[in-house]
Amino acid sequence: MSIQIENLSFSYLQPSGEKVDALKNVSFTIETGDFVGIMGPTGSGKTTLLQLLAGLRLPTSGRIYFNGEEINAKGYDRNRLRQTVGVVFQDPEYQLFATTVEKDVAFGLKESGLSRQEATDRVRWALETMGFDFEKVRNQSPLALSGGEKRRVAIAGVIARKPEILIFDEPIAGLDPFGRENFLQFVTERNQTGTTIIMTSHNMEALAEYTKHLLVLKEGRLIDAGATREVFTRLKQRYNGAFQTKAQRIAILLAEGKLMFSPAVVTYGDLLSALKQELTGGGRG
Amino acid sequence: MLVEGKNICYSYAFGGFSFALRDVDLNIARGEFVAILGCNGSGKSTLVKHLNALLQLQQGELKVAQIDVRNEKEVWLLRRRCGMVFQNPDHQFVAPVVEEDIAFGLENYEVPRNEISGRVRSALARVEMSGYEKRAPNTLSGGQKQRVALAGVLALDPEIIIFDEATAMLDPDGRQEVIKIMEKLHRAGKTIIAITHYVEEAVAADKIILMHQGRVLACGSPQTVLTNLDLMKEAELIPPFPVRLYYDLQQAGIYLNRCPLTEEELVEEICQFKSKI
Repeated sequence: MSIQIENLSFSYLQPSGEKVDALKNVSFTIETGDFVGIMGPTGSGKTTLLQLLAGLRLPTSGRIYFNGEEINAKGYDRNRLRQTVGVVFQDPEYQLFATTVEKDVAFGLKESGLSRQEATDRVRWALETMGFDFEKVRNQSPLALSGGEKRRVAIAGVIARKPEILIFDEPIAGLDPFGRENFLQFVTERNQTGTTIIMTSHNMEALAEYTKHLLVLKEGRLIDAGATREVFTRLKQRYNGAFQTKAQRIAILLAEGKLMFSPAVVTYGDLLSALKQELTGGGRG
Repeated sequence: MLVEGKNICYSYAFGGFSFALRDVDLNIARGEFVAILGCNGSGKSTLVKHLNALLQLQQGELKVAQIDVRNEKEVWLLRRRCGMVFQNPDHQFVAPVVEEDIAFGLENYEVPRNEISGRVRSALARVEMSGYEKRAPNTLSGGQKQRVALAGVLALDPEIIIFDEATAMLDPDGRQEVIKIMEKLHRAGKTIIAITHYVEEAVAADKIILMHQGRVLACGSPQTVLTNLDLMKEAELIPPFPVRLYYDLQQAGIYLNRCPLTEEELVEEICQFKSKI
């Protein structure tokens, strides 16, 4: 499922009557099977963009095309749109509502046309994919689970419909290192089976290590887009150190000490191999 | 000791067998900056919620600023001495305007009217948010919201300030803003307790309490805790970036002089190593 965005703008109306431009004339293309990260400070329009992509808001102006079809056009099948795009919001814990885990995950399958058996199999698959023991967890109340488990149930409910596009808003905020790693491994696997992934994050390491392309938003404008590595090497001219990876910051500090510096150092692995070269006498100097 | 806890146990299913805290001892001196570090579900939030009696002590002993946390009559005083900033910036506002939100706590403690506006202003100044008195909290950035929440706590002049993963939901700039203020308050003599699973934020602490599965796994300086690979592994945490790099370089036969904790220390060590080649 390729996505094409043309001159997309969105304005909120404040209760005071003041108009706030959350997105200004944004255009980009996402190819089928891509893994796209969206970065930018709080208030830069990331969540608004995700909501527009999921068809949850109507743009003030501009167009969104899925496989060449405009999703906000009159004749476009909204049901199909809901099947195509799965969204996991920030704090997905709050998306849960049913009396049992199984019912919660199955809810999204109601209009899917699957038989009862197929639906149960799908729920089992989704929960097992998220690391649960299906028989153990199916009759539990989702509200009695821990925060991390609730999050995984919420994600199971979204992937159960096997959407072609999976959208995550700040999925790893608040997760500990292993939780983060597990989640990123999971989306990478989904991505490798052909699902298009779109994810916002404030974690520069996660974006640098896992995404293929990056969109950078600032004050509602798309200020950069491209292959992740290239965007990161360009970023330092646009933002202060906070929007660099740790490896980049260290490489820059080393350059100030007249040591190795390669603009290509973006990830931990890059820095480690550059240092090995430099410090075993293989580098210049 | 400002905080003295002994054998604290807690179970969310009271009388059940699963314990969120098991035999935790806790000692924090006045003016100390303590980081409570641990993975999700390690018990760190449960522990600090005992300090201002948001959770009732079930077993063990705990005194905070000479107040026994089980003494219900003193719970108001306790909460005034021990302020808390929570994780979600959007879940802790009670008023539509910044200055009213900060005044809320003062009004509850019956601070005289004529004192309130002065204390609101000085609290805002301390978090570097002067000029935002009339703003609506929802128009602020994440870092600004957390600083306003902190101002609400500071206005009551507590001895202890607890940050319960207060940076977890912020963007990189917002995190830096909050960490900077945290360090400033520490220098000004406040006792700071920061709960986090970002090892980088624990580096600046005087002391780290490392938790895992409801127990205190280790308690010591950042140097002793964060550079101990076995300990970090047991706690299900990943060591700070410079520590990982130090050990990975060793694997490649490159031995830096000492294990760095910060990016600056790492750069210094590398430069020193290079100058000796």
